[in-house]
Amino acid sequence: MKYIYKKVGSITFGLLSSEMIRKMAVCKVVTPELYDKEGYPVDGGLMDVRMGVIDPGLVCPTDGKKLRDCPGYFGYIELARPVVHIKYVDVILAILRSFCSECNKILMTEEKLGASKLNKKELMAKLRNIKKCPHCQVKQYTVKIEKPTSFVENDRRLSPIQVKSRFEKISDDDLRKFGIDPQSARPEWMILTDLPVPPVTTRPSITLETGERSEDDLTHKLSDIVRINQRLFENINAGAPEIIVEDLWDLLQYHITTYFDNSISSVPPARHRGGQPLKTLTERIKSKEGRFRHNLAGKRVNFSARTFITPDPRIKFNEVGVPLIVAKELTVPERVTEWNLNYLKKFVENGSEIYPGANYFFSLDGKKKKITEDTKEQILEEFQIGCYIERHLLDGDTVVFNRQPSLHRMSIMCHKVRILPGKSFRLNPSVCNPYNADFDGDEMNLHVPQTEEARAEAEILMEVENHIISPKNGLNVIGTTTDAITGNFLLTKYMKISREEAVDILYSIGISDFSNLKSGKILEGKDVFSAILPKDLSFIGTSKEKHDVIIKNGKLIEGVIDKATIGEDNGTLIRRLHAVYGAEEGIELINKIFRLGVEILLRKGFTSSISDTDLSKDVIMKNKEKLIYVENKVNEIIEEHKTGKLELLPGMDEYGTVETLILRQLNQLRDKIGENVYENVSENNPTIIMARSGAKGNFLNLAQMSAMVGQQAMGEGRINMGYKGRTLSTFKRNSLSPESRGFIKNGYKQGLTPVEFFFHSITGRDSLMDTALRTPKSGYLYRRLANALQDMRIEYDNTLRDASGKIIQFKFGDDGLDVSKTEGGKINVQRIVREVKANV
Amino acid sequence: MSSVYDEFNDLPELLIEEVKELSKGLDSNERKKVLKRVREEFEKAKISPGEAIGVITAESFGEPGTQMILRVFHFAGVAEMSLNLGLARLIELFDARKKPSTPLTTIYLKHGYKTDLSKVKIIAALIKETRLKDIADEFSFNLTQFRIEVLLNKKEMRDLKITESQILTTLKDNFKDMDVKGDNGILKIKPKEKDSLSTLYKLKEKLKYVNIKGIKNVGQVTPVKRDNEYVIYCTTDDLKSVFEVEGVDITKTTANSPFVVAELLGIEAARQVLINEAVEVIKNQGLDIDIRHIMFLADVMTNKGIIKGITRTGITSEKESVLARASFETPIKHMVNASLVCEEDKLKSVIENVMLNQPIPLGTGLPGLVAKMKEDSVKRKK
Repeated sequence: MKYIYKKVGSITFGLLSSEMIRKMAVCKVVTPELYDKEGYPVDGGLMDVRMGVIDPGLVCPTDGKKLRDCPGYFGYIELARPVVHIKYVDVILAILRSFCSECNKILMTEEKLGASKLNKKELMAKLRNIKKCPHCQVKQYTVKIEKPTSFVENDRRLSPIQVKSRFEKISDDDLRKFGIDPQSARPEWMILTDLPVPPVTTRPSITLETGERSEDDLTHKLSDIVRINQRLFENINAGAPEIIVEDLWDLLQYHITTYFDNSISSVPPARHRGGQPLKTLTERIKSKEGRFRHNLAGKRVNFSARTFITPDPRIKFNEVGVPLIVAKELTVPERVTEWNLNYLKKFVENGSEIYPGANYFFSLDGKKKKITEDTKEQILEEFQIGCYIERHLLDGDTVVFNRQPSLHRMSIMCHKVRILPGKSFRLNPSVCNPYNADFDGDEMNLHVPQTEEARAEAEILMEVENHIISPKNGLNVIGTTTDAITGNFLLTKYMKISREEAVDILYSIGISDFSNLKSGKILEGKDVFSAILPKDLSFIGTSKEKHDVIIKNGKLIEGVIDKATIGEDNGTLIRRLHAVYGAEEGIELINKIFRLGVEILLRKGFTSSISDTDLSKDVIMKNKEKLIYVENKVNEIIEEHKTGKLELLPGMDEYGTVETLILRQLNQLRDKIGENVYENVSENNPTIIMARSGAKGNFLNLAQMSAMVGQQAMGEGRINMGYKGRTLSTFKRNSLSPESRGFIKNGYKQGLTPVEFFFHSITGRDSLMDTALRTPKSGYLYRRLANALQDMRIEYDNTLRDASGKIIQFKFGDDGLDVSKTEGGKINVQRIVREVKANV
Repeated sequence: MSSVYDEFNDLPELLIEEVKELSKGLDSNERKKVLKRVREEFEKAKISPGEAIGVITAESFGEPGTQMILRVFHFAGVAEMSLNLGLARLIELFDARKKPSTPLTTIYLKHGYKTDLSKVKIIAALIKETRLKDIADEFSFNLTQFRIEVLLNKKEMRDLKITESQILTTLKDNFKDMDVKGDNGILKIKPKEKDSLSTLYKLKEKLKYVNIKGIKNVGQVTPVKRDNEYVIYCTTDDLKSVFEVEGVDITKTTANSPFVVAELLGIEAARQVLINEAVEVIKNQGLDIDIRHIMFLADVMTNKGIIKGITRTGITSEKESVLARASFETPIKHMVNASLVCEEDKLKSVIENVMLNQPIPLGTGLPGLVAKMKEDSVKRKK
């Protein structure tokens, strides 16, 4: 492995002078031809080998290196006539306007300039309007610009030569007064007399399958420039008429302008033969796909894998299931030492095909060799201390796992490898929440750290167990979900289990010490749950239904375990375990709770079915009555509205009042029907169990399935659009009735009428649109925030500062607390008081 | 007077207050125990130097930002005033737009006013804008006289306590080159110089919108009862005029535009407005972002004494590093300008070092190693 010890200290920006361009060039480009008959680059052409090599086998004459090692060197083109640099047109214009056309001094006396405290912009605006030079008293004409690159003074065009000669006479002192550093940007350098030709390596040509060469856009553009430039030279030397020379000069200006920027509004873009615009320098740098954001701020990496994810509740939270074929491709470098010599030898013996093998061998002198059947023997001979190999991924290796969009730091976490058969990455459903993943086809990325430093950082800073609490609000992002919650809920609520079965269950989740298990033939579910808790755990919390949950000395005494204690986002028991037993032991305990819940459901069985939504005749009657009652109420409101008897609500007009009142009625109806359904559904209804435990769904979902979907809302009110005065042509004009404004009185099980279905699809489409339209907005907000705040850090003196050391806050959040180390952003005094009282 | 708390004055005041409140039934020994544990946990929860707190804050807003979309909330029924809530409002705040799209001033009232509905209504009427068209029945041309005649609605005028002479003086102030006369419920407005008909028509339109009473451009004014007192919401950002109204409690009344507040009450108040507004949006969306992040962001936006937006012209433009600015937006512009003044990028912040594949000055990249080298090793190097 090569280490680079040098560090870049700083980068300075400036303009290139003509001399500099010639000095740094290794050759002069004089011909637009690229290759000779044999296909070898022409000397003095744009692909001159002195500017670097891009063909395998060729050697660069400048540094004697081959492809990949040769960085490439600049060449230059000597321009027949000077040309304006398009990116500096504004600056050139400002200088022309601010300096005397005759004596080339700044249009303001020393004293005045010293006295006025203007910024650059104000100074420019002021100088522009000065009509007489204070130094030589010559009248000044305002210089106008003719887009894109011509300057006009007193109706006469200023040629770049004239501009350049004026600029050359400006003194360094005057430039400094104007806010330009003469060391880095003499204004005459903004008029190009020589054009640097970038190295061949920055504009490599591609060889197509047919053997034809396809040149880079920049090469195309440069050859245009060289061609016109040569023609201009010839014409000048031959003494051609001024008009022809001028035309060619303008053409050269055009080519050089589009070479720098091909998307200027006043210049027609240069195009390929096919008609698609060329991608020149500015386009290469700019925007998301440009050099900055695509190649510099974000980089491609090796030693990574990507495939779809599938759930596996039997692996731990901090593990990731890696397919064997991935494990044989991704490698970890390991150096041969005295102590692992024989261990590592086995990997080489296995080769790259047999699983715990190795793919590459690096000999003492740093040569890389692929391990194959043929090379194996030779490599084994060379195998000695100090070499290293790249061995296959093994169980327990540290990897970094990620899902895009990486919106928060929990989107990239460190897992331990579990090699599994199959082709998908496996992850525990409990870590779906931080990644925001599901299994409908999501893909995730895996990276293998290659150095000890990287591995150490990954393990210390990025492990799953260190990211249970979110720095966003101090609540846990990792907790148990779905089946695990249902299982624990059922277990702790009323389950009774024989001792044999309890032992069996506990053993299957990895517990072999049953000293915690209560004695007795038949055990309560709570006792089984207690068996996995540490003996010294004491905890007081509340369940989802606001009952106390009390754990004393590792025994669950009272209450049921549900989402409020072990769920995601504010699972109090999860947080407690994490706080008291630390990251490692904490996640182990959470894992056990998760496995226990899943195991219980596996053994006891749990299904939700269509019959969950069955209602008794009694309830159906009740619902119908309520519906009719509300319908009558709504009709009354409409009637009152029509007769003008309706009393207006404060701050509302007539229409708003009617809508609000009707909506109120309809919402009441929905709530009432939900109540009716809830009251008449058995406690053992699986859907209800899921809702009550907080595993999935809520009571409203059940009511919508079994009884009534209810009002479809769009924005703030009912559906209120379509034809003139009505939503659909089946309804009367100006009808305000519930059914014409998106009220659905059927449940999903009975099925919706065509009209209802239509309304339902309206709201569905609306929310879809909403998502699609606002995602880029929030993405941009995030990008701006991240960009503005990325250098802010806590200094060693605990102040919050930006990169230049300016203090933003003296203490983060006025108290200097890390949100991810607090309980919901606070120090929980109440809990501490309670603990002190209970003397624990 | 010494108490147990003196020993613990390194803890934040609020925390001490909370302990005082919650430890009421405890004896002094226990109280000390509580305080000790609080301090222990407080020390444990302190943020570590090098923490990339800026990125964490950005993530804390960015991640729920996408949630704001995915979970669409519909509030049915109660909508007393249209208010721009949700992501759009958050963007508006962070952009530091001068004018909020839905301005709102929350007016608190002084003692003696705030519980009396009739007095509250009088103040509301004082604030609400009355234009000439609100109290006029008809605007008509009298072409023979070349003038405009406005028929006033006497009932409306009585309700709003406006007299004809009041209207006349305001009109005379507003239209200096007009001849304004009142004639028992009819206003006669005649241009002093005779002009074309179209100018007369324009005059009519102008007349309609003349402010007779109240604060200009105030749309809705709604008194609402809030914990035993009345509060007036009104859709304006003209806080200055509101402050001048009799009975308004200046110490509590605020607007939702940080710029207006900054101008009137100072930058610290504007910072608080930013915090309050952001908290409001986040709460409304059913999200949870710690207040520390919001405070930090508000501090970033206001710590220069003026409100700076999180945009390329705002905070990002003030970065020291050319490359950091260039990597955000408009890269060419930044590089051209940098070349003119021979700008040096010292590579002190994050993104430039990422570009150059160097360690970034955050977290584990922050500390440097100072080591004494053995003499012979130094020699060997030479």
